Amino acid sequence: MKRALAIMVGSALILLLATLTLVVMPYIQISSEQVPDGLKPYTAQQLEGRQIYIANGCLYCHSQQPRDPSYAPGDRDRHWGRPSVPGDYTYDKPQLLGTMRTGPDLFNVGARIPSLDWHLLHLYNPQIVPGSIMPPYRFLFKVVDEVAEGEKEIHPGKGFGPEKGHVVATEEALALAEYLLALDHTYPAPTLPQPDTMKE
Amino acid sequence: MTPTIAILLIITFLLSTVGLLLLIWSIANNQFSHGQEAARTIFSSGEEGIGEDPAEKSTEALASSPDVELLARHQADQSSRKAALVWIGSAIFWIIVGSFYGLLASTKMHIPDLLGSSEWFTFGRIRPMHLNAVTYGWASMAGIGIALFLIPRLFKTPLVGGKYAILGSVIWNIGLVLGLGAINMGLSDGMEWLEFPWQIDLLFVVGGALCAVPLLLTAKNRTVSHLYVTSWYLLAALVWFPILFFIANMPFTFPGASGATVNWWFAHNVLGLWVTPLGIGIAYYMIPKILGRPIISYQLSLIGFWSLALFYSQVGIHHIIGGPIPTWLVTLSIVHSVMMSIPVITVAINHHGTMMGNFGRLKDSPTLRFVWIGALMYTASSLQGSMEALRSVNVITHFTHYTVAHAHLGMYAFLSFILFGAIYFIMPRLMNWEWPWRRLISLHFWLVSIGILIYFLSLTIAGWKQGLDLLTADTYFMDIVRMTIPYLEARTLGGTLMTMGHLVFAFHFLAMLLRRGESRDQPTLFRPVNVKKEMIR
Repeated sequence: MKRALAIMVGSALILLLATLTLVVMPYIQISSEQVPDGLKPYTAQQLEGRQIYIANGCLYCHSQQPRDPSYAPGDRDRHWGRPSVPGDYTYDKPQLLGTMRTGPDLFNVGARIPSLDWHLLHLYNPQIVPGSIMPPYRFLFKVVDEVAEGEKEIHPGKGFGPEKGHVVATEEALALAEYLLALDHTYPAPTLPQPDTMKE
Repeated sequence: MTPTIAILLIITFLLSTVGLLLLIWSIANNQFSHGQEAARTIFSSGEEGIGEDPAEKSTEALASSPDVELLARHQADQSSRKAALVWIGSAIFWIIVGSFYGLLASTKMHIPDLLGSSEWFTFGRIRPMHLNAVTYGWASMAGIGIALFLIPRLFKTPLVGGKYAILGSVIWNIGLVLGLGAINMGLSDGMEWLEFPWQIDLLFVVGGALCAVPLLLTAKNRTVSHLYVTSWYLLAALVWFPILFFIANMPFTFPGASGATVNWWFAHNVLGLWVTPLGIGIAYYMIPKILGRPIISYQLSLIGFWSLALFYSQVGIHHIIGGPIPTWLVTLSIVHSVMMSIPVITVAINHHGTMMGNFGRLKDSPTLRFVWIGALMYTASSLQGSMEALRSVNVITHFTHYTVAHAHLGMYAFLSFILFGAIYFIMPRLMNWEWPWRRLISLHFWLVSIGILIYFLSLTIAGWKQGLDLLTADTYFMDIVRMTIPYLEARTLGGTLMTMGHLVFAFHFLAMLLRRGESRDQPTLFRPVNVKKEMIR
């Protein structure tokens, strides 16, 4: 039993070392990062939209982490934004960095496409972008006979919507679109090297 | 560089150095002194040189010529029967479920409107359902089931407390049903590999802990003086997984960017410290056992074990190279990823070196064919992984289908092949019955092999081209998407073949449980044996 115990204790200790270097130390360092002045906390609606983003797995095709142009220039040249810094994610619980770019990076999609109508229409029928393989989110919309006061109608176009009635966005669709619009990190990041006034 | 970063760097460096010095010290002081003798503990007296492939008519043969050691082994095998069967049976159920979701997700990538109106089948939900079903359902449950069978054999004593493992499997299965249901309802925790809501994760902790009970009790009763290397891997894996799973799932602890480091520290450790040790541990048993030949270097296998523990535990951050996290952290993970070639090469020398001169057996033994191809793919996918962690390669492959291909090379061509092979070995031992149809094993083998080959090649090519195009803004994004479509279609073809293979396998497994086919006194091999009968028990 002694040797079996030694193996188990030894392997647990090694994992402890890894936890120290990969979990504890980054946690300490990152939590002391400066929060950029331009970063706003999410509103209740945007947070609800963020949950819809999580529930429907947007992160499996979209990243939220533009990289340094000196490393991957495509990120800047596709207008995905400046490199993100840890402080940008202060209010992100959990983080949604993502690891796939089947679709484009969304870290600044709110700045790139600042139209609520476009986002709603695109969620209803992503193929308004020709060739897109994004799945439709029609289940976030409902069809009504008459559009009530305060409801947001979208116009999918002939042949793309239902034969009768009007398509209106549900609370979920609106929240999700508002969250996408809130993805705007174009403010300056204090922790990045500044081009004109080098701080250090 | 700020002082904090400098200090962190120094601490990390010191810690790694201490780890390395400890390793060197233990080698110098003969902590690995078992020597070649220990490599023979898996054989009964006089068994070396005789291959063991699925059962002879064990009971009758034993009754006619009693052999104390073989009788004891037969009892050890029978003692784990119920527990191992429950875990392996559940695993096979989950691979069918997982394949279905995987195949559907794959199809939806080139036919996005398929089932488009249903939130239950939207891509972003079924993709994580696939991952969780095959990781925690198939791979983990099959691994635990095989471990439950191997532990009594390795310790040469019957399994004690098997009922705890059975109870554990019930809880684990409930956890899977609830967890997958939660993802399907949109209640995911939102991080890859950690989608199950943390409340449900508690079930896995309890289920896993219940499995540890019989393993520890049996380890206490063991009658062998040497712990064979397979037991090292199994024991360590069973220590690592609960710690990892617990820390990573602690709710509300790691916000923002530090959540990403924990996320990928965990996700890669599920591969590195959970399924990899299970996979190579099983291969370390099966290859020498079927060949009837001890592994060529026992010392090397132990160095491989400790270096795997040291290096694999710190590679996770190579999943966020270029991301918003400290550079020292990324560099640390890249260094460890490259260092991983040490354990990989030691394992390769042992696995493939032991095969030298015995490759002919691949023609007849199903277990050996599956397990050795799995071991070969371990070497391949690990070396590929070390390359992928380099910044210059990662800048191309990151965020593309290339990574998905690599993940399947590891989880499928390496791990699942070894699990398939081991199940072909174990079942006749547990059921005292031979596999009913030789051709079904053959069909299973060819379907999954051709399937994964198509899968891997198509996504590797697609991912590489995708990565090159994404480097600059010269190609329109939508043109890149269009370029990948034929490859995604090919992936669906590969996935279909793999799923068909799993259906064949599951059918055969059921037939085996029901003892269909005719009673046989020879192992079911790919081709009728011409080898002298006494060469294979």
